[in-house]
Amino acid sequence: MREAVERLVRSGDRVSAACGLEARIPFAAGHEIVRQAKHGLTLVGPISDMLYDQLVGAGCVRRIEAAWVGNVGAGLGHNFRRALEAEPPLVEMVDYTNLSYATGLRAAAEGVPFGVTRGLFGTDIARQSDAFREIADPFGGEPVFAVRAIPVDVAIVVAQRADENGNAHVWGNLGTTLESARAAERVLLIVEELVAAETLRAHPNRVLIPGLLVDAVVVEPGAAHPSPVEGYEERDHAAFEAYHRATRSREGWDAWRAEWIDGVADRASYLRKLGR
Amino acid sequence: MVAAAARQIRDGEIVFAGMRLPLLGFAVAKATHAPRAIGLFENGLIRELPPRGFVVTMGDGPNQRDATCATTLIDVLGMLQRGRVDVGFLGGAEVDAFGNLNTTRVGKTRLPGSGGGSDIAALSRRCVYVMEHERRRFVERVGYVTSRPRGVVTLITTLGVFTLADGPPRVVSLHHGVTRAQVERETGFALDFAQAEETPAPSEAELRAIAEADPSGFWTR
Repeated sequence: MREAVERLVRSGDRVSAACGLEARIPFAAGHEIVRQAKHGLTLVGPISDMLYDQLVGAGCVRRIEAAWVGNVGAGLGHNFRRALEAEPPLVEMVDYTNLSYATGLRAAAEGVPFGVTRGLFGTDIARQSDAFREIADPFGGEPVFAVRAIPVDVAIVVAQRADENGNAHVWGNLGTTLESARAAERVLLIVEELVAAETLRAHPNRVLIPGLLVDAVVVEPGAAHPSPVEGYEERDHAAFEAYHRATRSREGWDAWRAEWIDGVADRASYLRKLGR
Repeated sequence: MVAAAARQIRDGEIVFAGMRLPLLGFAVAKATHAPRAIGLFENGLIRELPPRGFVVTMGDGPNQRDATCATTLIDVLGMLQRGRVDVGFLGGAEVDAFGNLNTTRVGKTRLPGSGGGSDIAALSRRCVYVMEHERRRFVERVGYVTSRPRGVVTLITTLGVFTLADGPPRVVSLHHGVTRAQVERETGFALDFAQAEETPAPSEAELRAIAEADPSGFWTR
């Protein structure tokens, strides 16, 4: 993981690290980004749960383009809130909706300059960014909103299993997993399990990320904890609650980070610390 | 409040359930009067069976298991945009007399944002909102329009049931023991009380379904 993050994630990158939508969030890679002090990142995502809150708290982030940043069980993300409420804000925020985000991401995945949606009308979201523009339907129908393509430098994606070339089986809800991998210049794939190529080829419809998109495969069981990985890992609700309580203050966040990110060398030590 | 919200889902309808309390409302409706309702979840799940076990987020194991279909965000939100969804189920921090929701920024406080809420409000035929009834949340005009509803909104609160975005805001019913004065004190816009009734008390089946879906009182304590 250390080497893959060193090689594939660069300071200043546009990063997608929360594409599973509450499931399969690559916390292990995020913590490695913090330990390697990557900075100036732009995080993109739909509902992006508390990994983004941690990257914001650690000072890795310059800008966020997302539909939701917080802690899905507990509500607010305290680091995100503090960063946006600071004068001036510590992080630039562009608000999306889930559909407009996925529409822009899919445009990037397909190499076209924009996508369109029927949402956004009458909202302040449509007004706060030049990523959205109301346009006439060239075929004479109702107006729509154009959403500019959302480019991604590196997508960090968690899947259940892959072969060593990165052909991956993914199951459970997919969120924007497929579009993220397709939009990105580089893909860091994290799997619970490495399996033989024949296992993948036995179910080619389940190969949702073909290896041709993937730059590195990291086998790291438990990489998504405390988020769930269907078939391997249940969501650890208590960990989300504990993080919410612990990070109410800046000092509380510093202590949490010292204990759970800087205080462990890698995911294996993190899992040992959890008592596994 | 949860029982009253669940009753808004009619049997056989296609429901788009947002995050947090709406997940519980859908589970209760499925377990009681609306066994044939179909739930769409923005993370990419489609469900016809109520989740077996406690669900905090739509990505939890019990919401994944026995799902009818597990697919992508844009697939289910595309079905919504295509016009297939009867009712969208949402919560919010602030609501106004026009049914606009704010989940982005209240005063100086930065909130998590839209998620799929803005899409669900804009693209569902009608909406159900579930919210705590407090004056600071019920305002004449929201400070930030995160979500603007396309259709009629039924608003379920800790005090009663209301209709928005269908002419002037009106009271459908007040929960048992709730007074008009209490509602007026906690609401920042004018309400028409002419047709107000009393919300039917939760049935035993509804209370049982809530207890099963939320055994530790995580959402309903």
